[in-house]
Amino acid sequence: MGMTITEKILARAVGRESVAPGDLIMARVDFCLGNDITAPVAIDEFEKAGFEQVFDAARIALIPDHFTPCKDIKTAMLVKQMREFARRHEIEHYYDVGRVGVEHALLPEMGLVGPGDVVIGADSHTCTYGALGAFATGVGSTDLAGAMATGEVWFRVPASLRFVFEGELGPYVGGKDLILHTIGEIGVDGALYRAMEFTGPVIETLSMDNRQTMANMAIEAGAKNGIIAPDRITREYIEGRFRREPRYYESDADAAYEFEYRWRGEDIPLLVAKPHLPSNVARADELADTRIDQVVIGSCTNGRIEDLRAAAEVLRGQKVGRDVRCIVIPATQAIYQQAMDEGLVDVFLAAEAVFSVPTCGPCLGGHMGVLAEGERAVSTTNRNFVGRMGHVNSEVYLAGPYVAAASAIAGHVATPDQIQSRRAA
Amino acid sequence: MAEQSMRGADEPQTTLEGRVWTFGRDVDTDLIIAARYLTMKEPEELAEHLMEDQDPEFPRKVQPGDILVAQENFGCGSSREHAPIAIKGAGVQAVIAKSFARIFYRNAFNTGLPILVSVEAADRIQEGDRIRADLAAGTIENLTRNESYQAEPLPEFMRELVSAGGLLPYLKAREQR
Repeated sequence: MGMTITEKILARAVGRESVAPGDLIMARVDFCLGNDITAPVAIDEFEKAGFEQVFDAARIALIPDHFTPCKDIKTAMLVKQMREFARRHEIEHYYDVGRVGVEHALLPEMGLVGPGDVVIGADSHTCTYGALGAFATGVGSTDLAGAMATGEVWFRVPASLRFVFEGELGPYVGGKDLILHTIGEIGVDGALYRAMEFTGPVIETLSMDNRQTMANMAIEAGAKNGIIAPDRITREYIEGRFRREPRYYESDADAAYEFEYRWRGEDIPLLVAKPHLPSNVARADELADTRIDQVVIGSCTNGRIEDLRAAAEVLRGQKVGRDVRCIVIPATQAIYQQAMDEGLVDVFLAAEAVFSVPTCGPCLGGHMGVLAEGERAVSTTNRNFVGRMGHVNSEVYLAGPYVAAASAIAGHVATPDQIQSRRAA
Repeated sequence: MAEQSMRGADEPQTTLEGRVWTFGRDVDTDLIIAARYLTMKEPEELAEHLMEDQDPEFPRKVQPGDILVAQENFGCGSSREHAPIAIKGAGVQAVIAKSFARIFYRNAFNTGLPILVSVEAADRIQEGDRIRADLAAGTIENLTRNESYQAEPLPEFMRELVSAGGLLPYLKAREQR
């Protein structure tokens, strides 16, 4: 019996010929990370347990991205604790304001994670790096503390689900629509404890930014990891970027999958997820009655350069609706610079959107765009749970960057085509 | 709680008894403890906001010794360990559900919050029932309804984690071997 790419990476990490779903293993991690919410708890646990040294100061990233630039004294104290721990243990990859970016955009961009890696992060969206052909999964703070101390982490080897996307995508349809479609079909626990392997002609031509959007939201279906086998696009992305030796794995032809889903790209329209679950998926072009107060374009899901280009394409020469606040957040400093170089920032400012420093901020109702009671947002982020972006009686509609930008102009949930036809009329 | 989490493998006291609060499916970690409170990390502080967005009065209603019983996918969403920390901080002894989201499941074991998976228990137990759970045997007795249910047995490795008192004591002990 063959193995899936997930099983092969885990077998390698535990030094075995093979592993099978259900096996409990202690695996070597190639890289681990935490942020300003989770790392302080990990540091407390690390120190409480009496560990004195980290396993490898070059394989740990501490990324204060959630509440930074620090929104209040409490968060400043959390980041200070991280900074001091990083100095004390000479953690190579600690990045402060001015260098920091949203962790799951920053690490791939810097070449700190890559194909064949086992990566754990004390952040649920660590699964993003599956786009590079890594096994990457979110864990808690205590897991991070254990990994920082020993370089190991326990896993139950997941069974794999295979998602085959055939055909081609329609205009404006991208990674966000593919993953929302998937979650809408299988539900928020449709891949519970499983590996989600994305493949097929649509994936083969999908850009690395869009692949990261897809893998990022595997957790919203309950998955342990999302993964895409490395190919030409992966190799081009990591060339001159990835700092270690890539290990390329792919699933065997006779690998076992618990289930296989097959969909056609042509059948997937522009989508949103309505409140209050990412599985509550609807067509974006049928929600013109849904008035909105705010749009957020950014995050570890859709804050990369292609997302900003998509938003700028729609916003160019347009104005954000007078009752809408549009907040655009590049995920990293490099993306910020690129957006300036390409003139995208001019487009956003001319459209009367605000262009922010990199931060997770509004995605989790942290800062930089918190919703009031009764307000509604369209957001390119990943969660629309009750109270996620602010007041318990606020609402979040999840969407890709094209729909978010079109909605900002229209003042209601809209697609780029609807904006254009309105312009023509 | 500290004594409980440090309990050795050979000590028999694995039985919990308490009053039940019931929850539906897909209880996410933002609901358990909203992100606006993640600037805190002390159990008592976090406990003051446990399940607040579902029921603002819950932090005052829940009492030490209570047990939470939920439907599918309890703890979905973010990886925040603040969720099990808040639950433990409120003195909740255990969580029983039809299924748990995977990161919450890990976090519970790693931090010593007892959890049990039982479809039958989650179907039958009503809010306010008194139940007794034997963690080692995985049996759950409903004292109010005079019924009993079976939970899924824990894998050997998970039992080792529990008896070591959580992940870090387990790793520390292994390091010293």
